[in-house]
Amino acid sequence: MSNSLHDLDEADLFLVTGSNTTEAHPIIGMQIWQAVRHKNKKLIVIDPRKIELTKYAAMHLRQRPGTDVAVYNGLARVIIEEGLADLDFIRDRTEGFEEAKEIIMTYTPEVVEKISGIPKEQLIEAARMYGKAERASIYWAMGSTQHINGVHGVHSIVNLAMLTGNIGKPGTGVNPLRGQNNVQGACDMGCLPNQFPGYKPVNVPENVERVEKVWGVKVPTKPGLTLTDMVNSMGTEGGIKGLYIMGENPMMSDPDLNHAKEAFESLEFLVVQDIFLTETAELAHVVLPATSFAEKEGTFTNTERRIQRVRKAVNPPGDAWEDTKIICSLSKEMGYPMEYPSASKVMDELASVTPIYECVSYEYLDKGVAVHWPCNSCSIDRTSCGTLIMGTPVLHEGKFTRGAGKFLAFEFQPPTEWPDDEYPLILTTGRNLWHWHGGSQTRKVSSLNERSPEPYMELNAADAKKMGIKNSEEVKVTSKRGGITLKAVISDRPTPGVVFIPWHYKEAAANILTINALDPQAKIPEYKVCAVRVEKTGGGQKEPNPYSHYPG
Amino acid sequence: MGKFNIKINGREMEAEEGNTILDVAKANGIYIPTLCHHPQLSVQGACRICMVEVKGLPKPVTSCTTPIAKDMDIQTDTPVVIKQRETVLELLLSDHPLECPTCDAGGQCKLQDLTHDYKIKGNRFEGEKRKVPVEEVNPFIRRDYQRCIQCSRCIRVCDEVRGIGAIQYAKRGFYQKVSTCADKVLDCIFCGSCVQQCPVGALTEKPSKFKYRPWETKQVETTCGYCGVGCSLTLHTKNNEIVKVTSRDDTLNKGHLCVKGRYGYEFVKSDKRLTTPLIRKDGKLTPASWKEALSYTAKRFKEIKEKHGPDSLGGFSSAKCTNEENYLFQKFVRVNFETNNLDHCARL
Ligand code: SF4
Ligand code: SF4
Ligand code: SF4
Ligand code: FES
Repeated sequence: MSNSLHDLDEADLFLVTGSNTTEAHPIIGMQIWQAVRHKNKKLIVIDPRKIELTKYAAMHLRQRPGTDVAVYNGLARVIIEEGLADLDFIRDRTEGFEEAKEIIMTYTPEVVEKISGIPKEQLIEAARMYGKAERASIYWAMGSTQHINGVHGVHSIVNLAMLTGNIGKPGTGVNPLRGQNNVQGACDMGCLPNQFPGYKPVNVPENVERVEKVWGVKVPTKPGLTLTDMVNSMGTEGGIKGLYIMGENPMMSDPDLNHAKEAFESLEFLVVQDIFLTETAELAHVVLPATSFAEKEGTFTNTERRIQRVRKAVNPPGDAWEDTKIICSLSKEMGYPMEYPSASKVMDELASVTPIYECVSYEYLDKGVAVHWPCNSCSIDRTSCGTLIMGTPVLHEGKFTRGAGKFLAFEFQPPTEWPDDEYPLILTTGRNLWHWHGGSQTRKVSSLNERSPEPYMELNAADAKKMGIKNSEEVKVTSKRGGITLKAVISDRPTPGVVFIPWHYKEAAANILTINALDPQAKIPEYKVCAVRVEKTGGGQKEPNPYSHYPG
Repeated sequence: MGKFNIKINGREMEAEEGNTILDVAKANGIYIPTLCHHPQLSVQGACRICMVEVKGLPKPVTSCTTPIAKDMDIQTDTPVVIKQRETVLELLLSDHPLECPTCDAGGQCKLQDLTHDYKIKGNRFEGEKRKVPVEEVNPFIRRDYQRCIQCSRCIRVCDEVRGIGAIQYAKRGFYQKVSTCADKVLDCIFCGSCVQQCPVGALTEKPSKFKYRPWETKQVETTCGYCGVGCSLTLHTKNNEIVKVTSRDDTLNKGHLCVKGRYGYEFVKSDKRLTTPLIRKDGKLTPASWKEALSYTAKRFKEIKEKHGPDSLGGFSSAKCTNEENYLFQKFVRVNFETNNLDHCARL
C-alpha cells in the first residue's frame, strides 16, 4: 500500500475494486465500512460480484470478469473529458500523460459498455464522483491482478490516481491489499528470481557487491525463474530437477493441478519443509517438520509495509525445528555454515543488506513503535492518536520514489478462455471468510470447519433455474482441465453466467479447473476467469448450511 | 475548542471542551468505575456505576455521559456516590447466578471485581431471578444471558464497530434480554468482538470452555498469521497450549479481529502436525533422524547441482514464514544452490 491504516479514514472517497475486503481482509473491510457509516465517506465498488461492501456503496459497477482494464480506461477518459484531471499534478509530478491519453481516449463510455456490460451512465457518474472527491483512495486485491493482463490492470488503476493527484497525501493512494500475512515481507526479503533483498536487481554490480560483502561469497547474477516458470520447466530438458520448498503448498495453490502434479512428480528430488503433510509434502522425497507462527520469534511485514513482531508462545511439537534452525543446519551440511544466536541478529544482518529496512531493529519493534519501510532514519514521530511511528507511512510524498510518476495505458485484452457452447459459464475463484488458502490450517480448526464444512459453488438464481439446479444440490463442474463435484449454493452474489468457487477445500480443489495462463510480466495465473460447464450429478440435495450471514 | 480549569477531588486540572467528566478523570489518572462505557462505543449511561457528585448540582450524575464544563468541582468517591454504587451492584447481583467458580469470566469479571471493591455482602433485594436458557448453537460463542447485566456493549460493538447488527434487545422490563432477530440461532461473522466487550461472563468463547482460569495463563503479544492486514493478537497459553486469543485496544486493529484470527488457532496443537523428519524409502515416507535427513538432503542437492548445473535447482519460500526465515532461505538458495531460481506464492 502506498498509504497506511493510520490515514485510511482521511479519504473522502474509497474506490474498492477486485477486493472482497470484508472477507479477505476483514479488518480493513471493517475500517472502510466505518468511514462510510460514521464519517459519511463515499464508496464505489467495481466488482463483478456482489460483496458485503456493495450494500454500503454509493455505486456498484459490475463488469464482466476480465474486462477491468477497459473499465479503468473508461473512467480515466471521463475524468479527462470533463476537466476533472489535476493538471498541475500531472505537469509537476508525472510523465507519459500524452501517450497514455491517446489510448485512454478511445475508451468511450459506449465502447466500455460494450466490452464490460456496465451501462454508460453508471460509468460516467462513477468517474465524476471519483474525479470530484477531494481525497480519494483506491484499494484492490487479487480480483484485479489474477488475469493475464493483471499488470495492465494495476497500471490503469495507478493512472486514475495520478490523473486526479490522489497520491502522496494522507487518505489517498494506490493500495493493493496483500493476500498472505507476509507476502510483503517475502518480497522485501528478496525471495524473488530477479531481485536481492530490498528489490535490488541481481544483475547490477553495486547490488551484487552489497550482498557479497556481508555474505562473504560470490552470488549468482543471472535472473532466475519465477515459481510458475519453474513448475512449467519441470520434466523438460534443462528444467528444474531438485526443489526446496519452505511452507508452501503449490499442490493446492497452483493453477491446473493435474498438470502441476505431473510436474512435481517428475522431480529427481523434492524437499518440503512444513508443519503438516500437505498435498505437496506427500510428493516429497524428504519432509522436514517446521514450526507454526506461535512457536517462533521473528517479524511479519503487513500490507501497509509495517514490520511487526511475531513471538513464541508455545513449544513446537515432537522433534519439529524452527525454520531458521533447519535452514542454518542444512546450509552447514552444504558447506556454508550460517549461525545466528537469535532472530534479532538475523534482522540486524538483513537490515544491513536491505536498504529499505536500514533502521529496522527489534529494539524499536519491541517498544511498540509502528515501523513502516522505507525506514532510513531512526527518528520517531507521534500520530494524532498517539501512535509512535518510524519510517514512511505514506509513500511518494512530494515526489515519487522513482522520480516522475509514469502514466502507462494499455488496450483491453480479453481473457485467455472465454465461454463457448461446451463450457458456457465463467468460473471465478477466491476466498471466503471462514477458511484460508488451501485449508491446511483452518480445515484443522474444528470450530471453523463446523461453520464451513464443505466445498461449494455460488451460482446465480437465473442460471440455476435454467439448469434446473436446486439450492444445495450436488453438481459437477468441469473445465478443459478436469472436474470436481461439490454443492451449488444459489446466490445473488455472482451475475448470471458466472460461478464462484472458494479454493480452500481439498475435496474439490478449485484449482483442478483453473487455467495455467499467465500474465507475461508478473507471471500471475488467471485465476479469475476460465470457462466451465456445470451439470447435476443426480446426487440430490445436500443439507443446506444453517448459517446465512456469509455463504460457506 | 476551549480549554479551562476544573477540579476533581480537590485537585486543579485543565480540561478541554467536548470531553466528558469520565474522559478528563481518566486522562488525569483518576479512577471511576464503569461497566457500560467503552471509548470506542456510543455513550449509553445504562449501568449508573460511574456516578460522581458535582458541586452545585442537586443529584449525582453519570460521569460517562456528562460533558465537562468550566469550573466544575467534582468529587468521585463521596459517601453518597459510594452508597449509590453499592445499590447498583446489589441490584445487579440480585439477578445474577453467582456461579463464579465455573464461569469463564471468573477472575476477569468487572462485576466480581466491583463486588469485591465495594465489599458487598448479603443482598437487600433477594427475589425472583430471570430464567434464560444458555444459547450455544454455533461453534464459537456461548451466550448465557442469565449472567447478562444489560450493559448493551455487545449490541453496540456489533452494530457500531462491526456493522453487523446481529443482536438487539428483545422484550421489555424484567424480561428484557439480548437476542437475535426473531430469537433465531446466532448467525453472524463470529468476530468475537462482543465477547471481548462483555464485562461479565454472559458471552464466552466456546472453544475455551473449561480450559483455563484467567490467572493461570501467560500472555504473548504477536501478529496474526493469516491475512495481510497483520492484526495484533494476544495469545493466552496454559501448559504449552493456546487456550484463547484476544487483542488489545491500542493496536492497529483496535482490539478487533476476524473469525480466523480469533478462533483459528487450534491447528497449532493438531495431532496431524509433523513431529519428525521423513525420508522416502521404497516409495514410502519413513521417519528419520534430523542428522540423516539433513545429510541426505545436502548430498542429493549437491549431486543434482554437479550433474545438471546450479540452474537445475530452485527454491520456493513462503509468504507465511517470517522475514528472518525468508531472508535466510534466499541466502541459502543463492549461496548453496548458486542460482536465482527463487520465488514464493505472492502471485497466487
Ligand atoms: S461475534 Fe461479532 S458479528 Fe457476531 S454478534 Fe458478536 S460482535 Fe456481532
Ligand atoms: S451480554 Fe455482556 S456485553 Fe451484552 S449486554 Fe449482557 S453483559 Fe453487556
Ligand atoms: S485477524 Fe483476520 S483480519 Fe486480522 S490479520 Fe488475522 S486474518 Fe486478517
Ligand atoms: S459507565 Fe457510565 S453509566 Fe455505565
